Amino acid sequence: MNAAHYDVAIVGGGLFGCFSGFFLARMGKRVAIVERGHVGAQSSGANFGGLRLQGRSLSQYPLSLLAQTHWEDFDELIGEGCEFDRNGMVYFAHTPAGKERLLAYAATSRACGLDISIWEGAELKQNLPWLADTAVIASHSPRCAVANPRLATPAVARAMLRHGGTLFQHTEIVRTTRAGDLFTLECSDGRKISASKLVNAAGGWAKAICEQFDEAVPLFSAGPPQFVTEPLPYTLKPSVYAIEGDMIIRQIPRGNYIFAGYPRTLANEDGEHTFVPPHKTLNGMRAVATHIPSLRNADIIRVWSGVEGYLPDMLPVVGESQTTPGLFHAFGASGGGFQIAPAVGECLAQIICDQNPSVDLAPYSISRFRTEVEKSEKLLREFDA
Amino acid sequence: MSDAELPPVIVGAGPAGLASAATLVKAGLRPIILDEAARPGGQGTRRLAPAMRSMSQRLMGGNATARTARRERDEDDILRACDWRPGSLVWGVFGNRLEMLRNGVHDSLEFSQLMISPGATDRIMALPGWTLPGVYSLGGAQVALKHHAALIGQSVVMAGSSPLLYLAAAQYARMGVKRLVVVDTTSTRDKLKAGLGMALTAPGTLLEGISLLLELRRLGVRTITGASLRRIIGEERAEALEIRRSDGTVERISCDAVAYGHGLRPETQLAELAGAEFRFDPVLRNWFPVIDSDGRAGPRLWLAGDGARTGGRVAAAKSGRLAALSMLEARGELPQSTDREALRRSIVRLRQFQTHMAKAFRWPHEYAATLPDDTIVCRCERVHAGEIRAAIRKIAGPAEINRVKAITRCGMGRCQGRFCSQTLQELTAATADLPVSDVGRIRAQAPVKPIPISASQPETVQP
Repeated sequence: MNAAHYDVAIVGGGLFGCFSGFFLARMGKRVAIVERGHVGAQSSGANFGGLRLQGRSLSQYPLSLLAQTHWEDFDELIGEGCEFDRNGMVYFAHTPAGKERLLAYAATSRACGLDISIWEGAELKQNLPWLADTAVIASHSPRCAVANPRLATPAVARAMLRHGGTLFQHTEIVRTTRAGDLFTLECSDGRKISASKLVNAAGGWAKAICEQFDEAVPLFSAGPPQFVTEPLPYTLKPSVYAIEGDMIIRQIPRGNYIFAGYPRTLANEDGEHTFVPPHKTLNGMRAVATHIPSLRNADIIRVWSGVEGYLPDMLPVVGESQTTPGLFHAFGASGGGFQIAPAVGECLAQIICDQNPSVDLAPYSISRFRTEVEKSEKLLREFDA
Repeated sequence: MSDAELPPVIVGAGPAGLASAATLVKAGLRPIILDEAARPGGQGTRRLAPAMRSMSQRLMGGNATARTARRERDEDDILRACDWRPGSLVWGVFGNRLEMLRNGVHDSLEFSQLMISPGATDRIMALPGWTLPGVYSLGGAQVALKHHAALIGQSVVMAGSSPLLYLAAAQYARMGVKRLVVVDTTSTRDKLKAGLGMALTAPGTLLEGISLLLELRRLGVRTITGASLRRIIGEERAEALEIRRSDGTVERISCDAVAYGHGLRPETQLAELAGAEFRFDPVLRNWFPVIDSDGRAGPRLWLAGDGARTGGRVAAAKSGRLAALSMLEARGELPQSTDREALRRSIVRLRQFQTHMAKAFRWPHEYAATLPDDTIVCRCERVHAGEIRAAIRKIAGPAEINRVKAITRCGMGRCQGRFCSQTLQELTAATADLPVSDVGRIRAQAPVKPIPISASQPETVQP
């Protein structure tokens, strides 16, 4: 079979891959996304759906703020909705160490232009009356939002198709080769795809592609415990994060409460699933019962996790390969990929088209792993010891 | 701990679980039996509520009262020799541990040998109006009677196509419901065609069925066959069932309650979480766990009863005993002489009977394609047929049922797809123009039933 030729082939139909494909198609590139399953089926579709701006590391704000503008214009940009809701977000602390961290986060957020309110004492009680007395302080950010992860990725994939892109679902790549200036992807169904540029957006499976091109990266797969309650009357508008990490919760307008919490769990050895150990579900239930006592009698109806790619500094890799001209990476968002995805896709498309990226991608270069990177304090806090 | 040190664990104290326990007890073991209910018996042989006991003769007819009393005594004897834990809702299986709620509080149990026999529920095809108050499954109508000592209505239509149809109707007729109509969606001709195969595989069961038909005729219960169900009509609750009769005429049957169902759907979530594989059965048009001839589904896993393979009460008890013998063999404690070969032959025959019965009580799969767009398919999450069709027809839309679930929320609610999955399978296949075997099955996720947040004891919260 003759190979179909594209300007850019993207491996992985997650949110990074689909946004990259969307922006490239819009810039007039012939682009194809190759996804071995369905678009948005892994962590792009199974994450908490938080579009959180508070609590990011200083270096991540340019990317994060650019992304938020795209989320805010999602319907117009993409041509259909994804239940985007600017519901605001609350961090609260229930320990002294938590309070200290909360204030530090608030300072960073304000320095980056976010409007943050700090609530303590009577003001805390008045604004968050359902929160137990264990809470000592809270910070509120009205620009933080949520979206439905199950709807977002397929919507972006459709927008890419409307701009002339191509999508191959259920197409597994069995061999990737590079000869001259051309990459050739051989697929399990016999299909061959050739492209001048290749994007590695394979999420938790991106390491294999790196290794194929002799590029070492300390990527590992994991996922947080998550659960959802039955629908209850809609009362909790903002997303609520215990800064200690034991409870992240939001309610969707249809009534279900969605919970996520730390510590995260490493993916199964097969790399295809992350189980939620029962004790983590129980710890999550205890945390909810402790911090929001009125939810004590709510029923949990589903528990799940996902396979997300993590890096030790909890920052993604976005940018050119250091070993292979024409190869670009976008993976390893370390649990924070949903929010930044539109900006990752846009910046990556820009550098692929030899334009200056809207945001400096230097902090996200894969070259940082040539030497030992500093482990993020989040890595230590958000995983099992 | 080695296999022989931990007692076998049985989930489900219906006919399969109890027969399995009896066999293990006889071999000198003390199995642990868990059941969500407070009392043993399962569904088909559910124990009567105290208020119903004086009416057991009337409800069950014949010499059933004496037979039932004897059976319940035997069950109690078995349970006394076991570690019997009623009120235990197993909500997950992780490795070699069961996670459960025991009387509302979380508990966990290690196992080395696990036998799961959770039975079955009615197989339901969505229908306009099926979520109105006053609409029950056929099994639900029986539970109302046996467990709650209540009738679902005074003017009742029993509809669909299921062996439960005539049984439930006869029980309601015996309890004095005068305004009772039976609507069987399979034609008499199809039933007669299936009759020979049924007579050859389980003549006794066929005769029981025929005697129910004769009893209903004797009691003057109106029975319509070969009709299709069109919708249930009502403002606040069910007021009528509209059907299209085999001659094409449309009839509205007034009622204050409807019970309907289309055969049985195995409960398989726990088996799946415990590692069972699944296979599509083209005759029954449904997925069943893969088991060997004795019900073994994995190194530590056995399945029996209707939850493994539809077969009815007698097949359930025999499959329970077979599974127990297989568990004993795995422990190196198989009794010297057993009836294993005879049991295996008998179960093959009884399960063949089911494939004939599937023709006598047809699953109306073709109905999914004609389901009006505004019909609720998933009642927990209120997802309509039109939303599901629109999602599938979208570009880059899903054609696999777990993706359809993810996009539309159909099957994501409290019941975890127990009531909508069968409709969803057929609707997805019809909309995507694929064989139903190619659209997959809803994957099980823990908790298999809702668990209250308060079930986690308020110990220390992990910081």
